[in-house]
Amino acid sequence: MTATEALHYSKEDFISGADVRWCPGCGDYAILSVMQKTLADVTATARENHVFVSGIGCSSRFPYYMNTYGFHTIHGRAPAIATGLKCARPELTVWVVTGDGDGLSIGGNHLIHCLRRNVDLKIILVNNQIYGLTKGQYSPTSEKGKVTKSSPYGTIDYPIHPLCVAIAAEASFVARTVDSDPRHMGQILSRAYKHKGSAFVEIYQNCIIFNKDAFVPVTGRENRDDRAIYLENGKPLVFGKGGTKAIVMNGLDLGETDLAAAKKESLLIHNESDPSPAYAYLLTQMEYPRMPVPFGVFRAIEKPTYDGMLDEQAKWAREKKGTGNLRDVLYTEDVWTVAKKG
Amino acid sequence: MRKEKEVDAVTIRFAGDSGDGMQLTGDQFTDTSALMGNDIATLPDFPAEIRAPQGTLPGVSSFQIQFSKNDIYTAGDAPDVLVVMNPAALKVNLNDLVKGGLLVLNSDSFSDDNLKKAGWKSNPLADSSLKDYSVLQVPLSSLTRNALTGSKIKYSEVDRCKNFFALGLMFWMYGRSLDHTVQWVNEKFAKKPEVAEANLMALKAGYHYGDITETIPSRYVVKKADISPGTYRKITGNEATALGILAASELTGKTVLYGSYPITPASDILHELSRHKNFKVKTFQAEDEIAACGAALGASFGGQIGVTATSGPGVCLKSEMINLAVMAELPLVILDVQRGGPSTGLPTKTEQADLLQAMFGRNGDSPVAILAPSTPANCFDFIIEAVRLATQYMTPVFFLSDGYLANGAEPWKLPEMDKLPKIKIEHPKTSDGPFLPFVRDEKTLARPWAVPGTPGLEHRIGGIEKADRTGGVSYDPENHHRMTVLRREKIRRIAETIPPAEVFGEKKGKLLVLGWGGTYGTIRAAVDELQKEGKKVSACHLNYLNPFPKNLGAILKSFETILIPEINMGNLLFLVRAEFEGVHAAGYNRVTGQPFKIREIKEVIEKHL
Repeated sequence: MTATEALHYSKEDFISGADVRWCPGCGDYAILSVMQKTLADVTATARENHVFVSGIGCSSRFPYYMNTYGFHTIHGRAPAIATGLKCARPELTVWVVTGDGDGLSIGGNHLIHCLRRNVDLKIILVNNQIYGLTKGQYSPTSEKGKVTKSSPYGTIDYPIHPLCVAIAAEASFVARTVDSDPRHMGQILSRAYKHKGSAFVEIYQNCIIFNKDAFVPVTGRENRDDRAIYLENGKPLVFGKGGTKAIVMNGLDLGETDLAAAKKESLLIHNESDPSPAYAYLLTQMEYPRMPVPFGVFRAIEKPTYDGMLDEQAKWAREKKGTGNLRDVLYTEDVWTVAKKG
Repeated sequence: MRKEKEVDAVTIRFAGDSGDGMQLTGDQFTDTSALMGNDIATLPDFPAEIRAPQGTLPGVSSFQIQFSKNDIYTAGDAPDVLVVMNPAALKVNLNDLVKGGLLVLNSDSFSDDNLKKAGWKSNPLADSSLKDYSVLQVPLSSLTRNALTGSKIKYSEVDRCKNFFALGLMFWMYGRSLDHTVQWVNEKFAKKPEVAEANLMALKAGYHYGDITETIPSRYVVKKADISPGTYRKITGNEATALGILAASELTGKTVLYGSYPITPASDILHELSRHKNFKVKTFQAEDEIAACGAALGASFGGQIGVTATSGPGVCLKSEMINLAVMAELPLVILDVQRGGPSTGLPTKTEQADLLQAMFGRNGDSPVAILAPSTPANCFDFIIEAVRLATQYMTPVFFLSDGYLANGAEPWKLPEMDKLPKIKIEHPKTSDGPFLPFVRDEKTLARPWAVPGTPGLEHRIGGIEKADRTGGVSYDPENHHRMTVLRREKIRRIAETIPPAEVFGEKKGKLLVLGWGGTYGTIRAAVDELQKEGKKVSACHLNYLNPFPKNLGAILKSFETILIPEINMGNLLFLVRAEFEGVHAAGYNRVTGQPFKIREIKEVIEKHL
């Protein structure tokens, strides 16, 4: 394909044809479908330059269903493998698909370090708050007290919050969406794709078998007006049916207010590009049932990527020392020569 | 004019506190001896603690060098000369000094306090502890202080120059030139001229002290060795490994991604490579061992050369990732600079007990190729070989170096880069019909290495068993069996492309000494000496551990007994017994964290004769 030739893809071009083996009704179907459509729409990357890397878990089967390059790896390690791939082949668009167990339990370390390095990867964390593939044990994001096969009396683990971890690692792009809202998910995946640097997207996903309707209290049709906030950059954080309520600063915490009664200057205005992670961190603390839960882009800032700096440093070294010549490195000033006899 | 005695070879050990600069002193002596045309071999030995309490036994660091007019294979069994900076160094090293050997000691350091810290019940200078040795008491600290009168460095730093005084004295005793060290000091301390000046004052004072003092009866001459013509440099195993990685990048025309997590004794390779960013080598200091291996594997998936380095405990962590490379059939080079184990073990000491770990330490039937360098310099050749096998056979390859090879040094005849064979790598560009990532090359059984970015070859691989040819996920029973057999057969076929094993000495007979990896020098020297004494013993040394060279079975069956000395409890012995029925093999197994001694191996061989 020549550079001038435009890329025209349809969603079908990204369907691998492998039989999809998720449970009927699994939220992963919606995520897969939206991803395939998004890649068809964002035409700056040729299909052969997309790579999907995953770990272990239900969502980690994702690469098999994408008609791109894919690597279904081992539990928790996808960010590490993807980091090596991106460093070796910076021109590729590398996606990581992980889950709450894969990304935050066994692979938590890699996720943190990948985000803090700002490797240019698109990381999709599918969060269903349960271990599905191993048939229903609690996960690190399960709510405290949850009764599962491995916690018949309720869990005594405090849950970890994916976006808090991402913000604490100072990820340059952090967002949340939900499997039941394909339009919003498409927008968020598209934003993640366009972001230069680590893009971290948490997708609330419904595990129909082991944790059915876990997010319905927030995202269900009857509840979402009051319990979900769709973030819009530069605008107040408004929620409630007809947009009647808003978020304000309340000391060091956030609070709710009645929009009609509130002074305009007291309203919190969403600023996704705030250089400090403190504001985005506050947003991650908005949890059900204490507060409405935000969806959208929490944070999107620009900073140099690890893979970019790696190449910059190599370029700098070549400018300073010249392109590496092995002979110069072998023949140091400490060499000596033994002459032929006679 | 002082008397001069000619000797064939000398072994000197410098020992002191880990802050006394013993490694530096030994290095300088080595460089100069190499430049003066001797054959050399070195053995640094240092504690895991960076700065153990001063004057205590755990803090003792030493550096041994043998220099010779003949070909030598090791740094010498026992020092002829022991230079000690304090009572602790004396305590730790005295037993190794040959009887009648020369002991040079810093008499200023034998205070009651230091003697107590080192656990001497009475002062060895005053009792009979040293009666078997020729003792040269040198007040190193005060002589250095006197020499540095007028130096601009701080009083507290003066004492730190005493290693240069000792070095100068040894230079005098063995007729070495000061030139190389003078130049080195001037370059090293270019930004601190006062420090350079002080060190050189101490060095020269030590040299002149030899000349002036009446207590040294003679100087020694070690003539140039008869070395084959060429250009040489001194090299350690870790340096040679790093340079070999640069060379492998050049020979493949590919970028190397070197993923590593700091671990003794492998870190020096990372340090060296990270200096060469102007080459096509990208270093990645990962968050842990797993990520280091994962990043390397990710690079391999991307069509570049993935290399990861560690020591034993790191291999434990990387095992699952290595297995993914086995299953996905991707190239991966794993450097294991072996150290004493299990667990944290002896981080700074040598051992070769990871062979069975490399061979079997993964779930499932998981064959990999295993290589082991056998000298510091041939780390260069075998890391290139590891890259060749990994890329030609689409497989992980272990490179089992060890602490002794890693830190030991020898002269290295520099290769001519244009004579090293290129490693040809072809990635498929197109496919007639659907691309089949698990259709194999008939000869090597390697699968095609199609890389992301190639239009039309989009495919998925992973750790789940794959269907033969298509690479799709498969739970089919027969397919799993077929793929398992294929993976094994692929590694076996590597034997077609590696050189045959060689026998040193008679090709058949009563006893063959079979070794592998870092014990080469000791075994070779022991067998060499015994053969010269007329003993019927042969030797064979393995650099290829999996698969074995094709002719190994025939070699082993030509001898009544196979003696396998290893610095482990019988790793190779186990493999030989498993692979070659009817071979009578016996082990010699000792794990002290130190290389074998030539004398020790000779004694064991003689027991079997």
